[in-house]
Amino acid sequence: MTAPLVEAPRSTPYRRATSRRSNYEMYSWLFMRLSGAVLVVLVIGHLFVNLMVGDGISALDFGFVAGKWASPFWQVWDLAMLWLAMIHGSNGVRTIINDYAERDMTRIVLKTFVAVALVFTIVLGTLVIFTFEPCPVGADGALLPAAAEFCSA
Amino acid sequence: MATTTHSTGTSGSSDSRAVGRLRGAVPQGTLYRGREGMWSWVAHRITGLLIFVFLLVHVLDTSLVRVSPEAYNAVIETYKNPVVGLGEAGLVGAVLFHAFNGIRVMLVDFWSQGPRFHRQMFWAVGAIWVVLMVPFLVRHLANVFGG
Repeated sequence: MTAPLVEAPRSTPYRRATSRRSNYEMYSWLFMRLSGAVLVVLVIGHLFVNLMVGDGISALDFGFVAGKWASPFWQVWDLAMLWLAMIHGSNGVRTIINDYAERDMTRIVLKTFVAVALVFTIVLGTLVIFTFEPCPVGADGALLPAAAEFCSA
Repeated sequence: MATTTHSTGTSGSSDSRAVGRLRGAVPQGTLYRGREGMWSWVAHRITGLLIFVFLLVHVLDTSLVRVSPEAYNAVIETYKNPVVGLGEAGLVGAVLFHAFNGIRVMLVDFWSQGPRFHRQMFWAVGAIWVVLMVPFLVRHLANVFGG
């Protein structure tokens, strides 16, 4: 009686991680921590300047926004905050969807919504920051009444 | 499991108590461990989701500055009432928790002693939160209710 032939386990070359596998999730994890560290400074600075300094939230109007975005400093600040916060937030929601949505189609649909919101919000916000006119004029060339006070000075 | 770092307790005494409670019981297949590790993780998710939804609205309403000063001012005026004012206070509370608990997560991940002190760091996050929220609420609620 001859013993049945048993194939040696892993008779083909076996590697746990092939070169085809990407490190996408590791970079996603790392991005959350790096962007989070920057966002702590950007967002708390944003809240402090807009809610604590001067008259706080009650001072908020077009002139307040115009006064900030007349300066490249706040344009760059808000642009960095917009991009980092949107990507950080979308990636966080992606993680939550992956954790709780069990059906493939549910995950695909929800993550598509998030991707559309991400692209739309980043494009809209970036365009607004770069095309913003702090001293808008009407069709007759006169300054609009709600324009910032520093425009007429 | 992605959440191991945050939800795994490291205290031997609590582990042995858990084992004693579960002896003879059928494992329920849950990885939730309770206490500071799990609840900070739950709060981090809820505040993160809340902030994300607000961020979408916030970029949309701020974009009205590009439509016209009147359009922007008209929408901002509708926000100047006690209901939205309290919502703003809640939002700032969510942002501050998410920010400092995020630093705690980074310390757990990157600092060699982080996992050992994750509970103490959770209560430190709570203390920093209170220290920042008190002056903010004094300032903000005076603006909201002071007219």
